[in-house]
Amino acid sequence: MTPLSQLLPGQFGKLASLNPERGVDQRLMALGLLPGMVLKLIRKAPLGDPLAIEFGGQVVSLRLAEAENLIVDVSADCPIQRPRQP
Amino acid sequence: MSTPDAGLLVALVGNPNTGKSTLFNALTGLRQRVGNYPGVTVARKSGTCDLGDGQKVELVDLPGLYSLAAASPDEQVVIDALSGNIAGDRRPDAVVLVVDSTNLLRNLFLASQVAELGRPVVIVLNQADVAKEQGLRIDTELLSRRLGGVPVVMSSAWKGEGILDVRRGIARAITQQTQMKRVTWPTNIATALVDVATSAAADTGKPISEAEAQRLLFDTNPSTADRLGWTLAQREKTLRTARDRVRNSGYNPMAAEPLVHYAHLRLILEGVVTEGAGKAGRSAAVDRLLLHRFLGPVLFLGIMLGFFGSVFWLAKFPMEWIQSGVDWTKAIVAPQLDAYPMLQSLLADGIIGGVGAFLVFLPQILILFLFIGILEDSGYMARAAFIMDRLFSWCGLNGKSFVPLLSGFACAIPSLLSTRTIEDPKARLATAFVVPFMSCSARFPVYALMCSAFIFPTYGAGWQSVAMIGMHCVGLFFAVPTAFVLTRLVLKVKPQPFVLELPRYQMPKPRDVIWRMWQNAAEFVSKAGTVIFAITIIVWALSYFPRDPSVAERIKASNPTSTEEVLKAKVQATYVEQSYMGRFGKAVQPIFDPLGFDWKITVGVLASFPAREVIVSTLGVTYSVGEGAEADSQHLRKAMQDAKWSEGPRAGTPIFSLAAVLALMVFFALCSQCGPTIATLAQETGGWKWAAGSFVYMTALAWLAGTAVYQVVIRLT
Repeated sequence: MTPLSQLLPGQFGKLASLNPERGVDQRLMALGLLPGMVLKLIRKAPLGDPLAIEFGGQVVSLRLAEAENLIVDVSADCPIQRPRQP
Repeated sequence: MSTPDAGLLVALVGNPNTGKSTLFNALTGLRQRVGNYPGVTVARKSGTCDLGDGQKVELVDLPGLYSLAAASPDEQVVIDALSGNIAGDRRPDAVVLVVDSTNLLRNLFLASQVAELGRPVVIVLNQADVAKEQGLRIDTELLSRRLGGVPVVMSSAWKGEGILDVRRGIARAITQQTQMKRVTWPTNIATALVDVATSAAADTGKPISEAEAQRLLFDTNPSTADRLGWTLAQREKTLRTARDRVRNSGYNPMAAEPLVHYAHLRLILEGVVTEGAGKAGRSAAVDRLLLHRFLGPVLFLGIMLGFFGSVFWLAKFPMEWIQSGVDWTKAIVAPQLDAYPMLQSLLADGIIGGVGAFLVFLPQILILFLFIGILEDSGYMARAAFIMDRLFSWCGLNGKSFVPLLSGFACAIPSLLSTRTIEDPKARLATAFVVPFMSCSARFPVYALMCSAFIFPTYGAGWQSVAMIGMHCVGLFFAVPTAFVLTRLVLKVKPQPFVLELPRYQMPKPRDVIWRMWQNAAEFVSKAGTVIFAITIIVWALSYFPRDPSVAERIKASNPTSTEEVLKAKVQATYVEQSYMGRFGKAVQPIFDPLGFDWKITVGVLASFPAREVIVSTLGVTYSVGEGAEADSQHLRKAMQDAKWSEGPRAGTPIFSLAAVLALMVFFALCSQCGPTIATLAQETGGWKWAAGSFVYMTALAWLAGTAVYQVVIRLT
């Protein structure tokens, strides 16, 4: 189990849990990011924050601090690409 | 905002980036009206739409949103509009749900929430051409059947395809009252919703709809409860019990709504979309370049500097044409009224000058909105915000603040209008509040005059550049802490979540971009324009009256040897000195004394309220070098260099000492001496409260900084 903020660009994961009390997570849930959803960290912004993630056929940006509470299972049965080394 | 005719009202609802506005323009054919929803700065756009059979309805384009959870004013307006809770507005007779064909699941979440409001709906699968390109095939008949028989039509508003089908779909929704299939709430949640509705109705004495009960139960934001007048004391226990009931059934109450809706929609969409061979979107490839770690920022800077350079340079020409048009009109009109000097001045300096005062902003507004339209509709604006967010997030702003702040260096007026692109209302307000700190082009003539008359002759070109660059940084230096303090201490907001969709890249549609540019300009002229005009007239009157004709004769008599031109300048100067503005300036000069301002500078500062650069021509008049002085005027420079204090402790020393010059420049860099900015700030923040706050705050800050500069420098030199 890894916080989304620690994924490397190109890495996939399956959303394990989020915190529905928070505004950010409520917005993400409205976009369809619910537990069990496969997501991919596409890239970080040039200054390292925010992140761009892909899920359900859309690309969404969120801040690093806001991605800390999103727990992702990177070992689940989702395709894992070799993370690109920075 | 209501239209007097009792015709039918249809609302257009959908996610952002679904081509909703393009569809709106296609359906109404630009027969549109733009207004504001009462009490909020959310625009209400409506137009007349033909249903294909000659029947006409009023179509209203509601703000784009992802969910009905009332987190922002935009979202609140959509809920209120769909429930018929907006004063003077009717409840819509049908709702058009605009859906992106390439992402049905996410788009239908909003549709499913709207279905709970019980209005007849028609589903428009827009951007069908893109879905086709990607090889997606959608079985609209199956979808329609699964959704309870609501009309489901495909369209491509960008290409103008399927518009007639949309019109017919609306007609069918109205005649057949087509209701979309609603979710089945698990028993415990259904019971909790009934409990909430019953208690709220009992406590408030108002009937509570099912949709309202859902907002009360599921939203952390209390705006629905507040609007219904259901107080915290009344609702606390009911909501806690109801939410516990939801929790006992295995759902987190804050997650139940999306979980239930998405599960419901997955079943509905089963087998509706088949993926065939198609081209994958190019957006990912474009992003690899435009969001590249090194190339991304370089391209970003190139695009921004290119765009804003052109706002500045392209607008210069039409601005000069407007200025010469104003001068030409004055030159034509003024001689006709030589016999009536008061009327002549009212018409030439007051009315024609007042019209010119807001017309002159139009080129910048039009060009800036042309570029913003291109940036937004192409999808790059979201990327720009993505790249820049880190620089702004720490002081409570976000990546979308960048464009308004950068364009603020050209002019605060278009820049304030462009804060509309920021969705988060708190970040929008904070950005608008600090925009006037950016050193706009109207401050430039003031810096130029001071530097060329006082810094350059004594200290040389190097220090002149330092002073010019320094003045452009002073505002920025104060803007950032201001934003920080404002968002953290005054508005007391937690950092707002910044969840931003990076939409598919798309070619902007010229008609949409030009139309939006035009609507923004028209709104500026009709709202802020009238205020700017009024300010110009008032300041004209204060500087003109009273005007005793005996003054001119007295001056002529006491200076028998002077030339006609010198006499005229002296008379002008005396009139200004004796005007209400002059008297007021002399009266308040002691306030500006710590900054080293004499009464002439004080009058110049006060009279420059309609436009900052006016101080140059006011100084021209008060220093008796005649009207129409420019920043590079030799005479004005000479007159100012020679000016000395005639009395008081500083008698005999030059008025424009280095200390006073620096204090004046710093004062101008920070002060809010710009009526148009205040008028526009009031327009954009929905009232005079923030505009007045901005004026008081900036003036106080300018006074303190100016005083500090003067007092320190005068002791050092």
